Amino acid sequence: MDWRQLWEICSAPDNVPIVGLIPLLAFYIYLAVKQARANDQLIEQLEADPAMAKTHHRKTWPFKPGWAKEVHVWPFLLRIEFLAAIIITIILMVWSITLNAPLEEPANPNLTMNPAKAPWYFLGLQEMLVYFDPWIAGVVMPTLIIIGLMVIPYIDTNPLGSGYYTWKQRKFSISTFLFGFIILWVAMIIIGTFIRGPGWQWFWPGQTWDHNRLIYEVNRDLPDLFGLTSNMAKAIFGAIVVGGYYLLGGALVYSLFRRKMPKDFQRMSLLQFSLMAFLWLTMIALPLKMALRLLWHIKYVWITPWFNV
Amino acid sequence: MADEKNPSRGNGGGANGGSNVGSNGGKTGKVGLVERVSTGVKDDIHALKTDIPSKAKEQIEGLKDPTKTQVYTSIFRHKHDDTPRNRALGVLSNVFLHLHPAKINRDAVRYSYTWGMGGITFYLFIILTYTGVLLMFYYHPSKVQAFRDVLYLEHDVPFGKILRNMHRWAAHLMVIAVWLHMFRVFLTGSYKKPREFNWNIGVLLLVFTLLLSFTGYLLPDDQLGFWAVTVGTNMARATPLLGHEGPFGSMLGMTPYNDVRFGLLGGSIVDANALLRSYIWHCIGIPIVASVLMIVHFWRVRKDGGISGPAPVMLEAEADKPRRGPKAAGE
Repeated sequence: MDWRQLWEICSAPDNVPIVGLIPLLAFYIYLAVKQARANDQLIEQLEADPAMAKTHHRKTWPFKPGWAKEVHVWPFLLRIEFLAAIIITIILMVWSITLNAPLEEPANPNLTMNPAKAPWYFLGLQEMLVYFDPWIAGVVMPTLIIIGLMVIPYIDTNPLGSGYYTWKQRKFSISTFLFGFIILWVAMIIIGTFIRGPGWQWFWPGQTWDHNRLIYEVNRDLPDLFGLTSNMAKAIFGAIVVGGYYLLGGALVYSLFRRKMPKDFQRMSLLQFSLMAFLWLTMIALPLKMALRLLWHIKYVWITPWFNV
Repeated sequence: MADEKNPSRGNGGGANGGSNVGSNGGKTGKVGLVERVSTGVKDDIHALKTDIPSKAKEQIEGLKDPTKTQVYTSIFRHKHDDTPRNRALGVLSNVFLHLHPAKINRDAVRYSYTWGMGGITFYLFIILTYTGVLLMFYYHPSKVQAFRDVLYLEHDVPFGKILRNMHRWAAHLMVIAVWLHMFRVFLTGSYKKPREFNWNIGVLLLVFTLLLSFTGYLLPDDQLGFWAVTVGTNMARATPLLGHEGPFGSMLGMTPYNDVRFGLLGGSIVDANALLRSYIWHCIGIPIVASVLMIVHFWRVRKDGGISGPAPVMLEAEADKPRRGPKAAGE
């Protein structure tokens, strides 16, 4: 266990935000889960008792007739905002006094940094480069993430859970978002920051970064496993595999949706459903490709003269 | 005075001279003047004895209630007494606060619901603008000076180090705050009708926040920034169709000297042009676009019915009934 190495990584000034992000995320997830549970309990109660549902104010916080439903922004909201501003200012002051912003040697194109890392918030994308070619990891995936986020309101047709925390009413959308945000985005950033060392090789926390370490990995392409040799055959085979993934995956999503979420499915138009299925399958393709690489040393699935997937 | 009188005397001659008592009048005018002046002065002194005390009294009375002075009423358009009306006016008639409604739902102030991350993001943006402008006074976006300017800031400029530190940490904190804001908005389903469009503005603001941070990364012109931006922009080589290493790029005539990466960097490597482009995007281009989007974002929060909740829970059976308006839901 190389504690010094671990400390060097954790205390690198630009890594401190991630060290801070982890407990912050844990706290806010706890806060959300706590309220979602309380709301779900209330929903269960109200659904069992229609008479109560008619009269109840439908929040978990107490409310009695005669209480003002609204409060003045001045001072009840503004004092919170003022307090938040003060707290943030104090945090920044203390942080700026105790920790210096990083400054390395002057830029030198002839001296490559190893590992050369992107800013921490892009390390998830850089980590994806291990599993995908740059045109996917660096261009297509970020574009799809942005587009995917933007279409969320238009493909999530579930009217429930608007304006309150809940789990039971939105299991699918919340688990999808959590998977995308926590596992695929934040966890990949953590791997990129704390695990990846020289040569972008995997170093467990506390393992000394060995700049001379070499790993001999024989990666294969999926068509090779099936004994395909001609370019044409490889291209067609890959197209079938990738196309088949989306078709079969789409069919699977369809059959699951029909059965498990009939109401949501009914509300969706064909375009909404196919968009959702495509984006969801693309998101799932990332961990699948990772598994292919890590478990079976498969590099490409689809090989063409112009691009590889 | 003298300049005005001299030419008139020279031009007008005798015609003016007769009426001009002060300068060249005879003895007849002088007697009347002395009398008039002395009685006037006596009168003034007499009046002063009563005027000054009464004026002073008035002044002191006025100071006891500064809210009635003309200066005060010209600045604040309403009274200060603690009445519901004045509490509302305090928000509505203030340009900095008027994005708020006068009153909000009693639960909407609960921190456990809102997390306050949107407001914190905006506050961090203000801090970043402030520290950023101060940093701009000491920084030249040129290969010769950029790194030295940072050293100068760190070692010679009074408070330069804390200025740079604060700019950097506020930027990191802003990225985190934006993520948490988006996380909360998702978990509370606040992107749902009628807030779909504002969610989209928010996604764009997320992208611009990351781009702001990324363009700033290069500016110290050190190894860290140089290689981070090199790694980042190397992706652009692989852009399908538009990058020289991307699928179909070379078929469309893309080379390192005309592809999308060349456009981003203003060259085929991260060099002086990239530094200047980064600087201009970081300090001018993106902040302007982001500010415009922020205006739209805040405006739409109000127009879409204020913050989304905490709203009364909806039951499964009510899901497909015609939706109640945003007012009813927010109530």
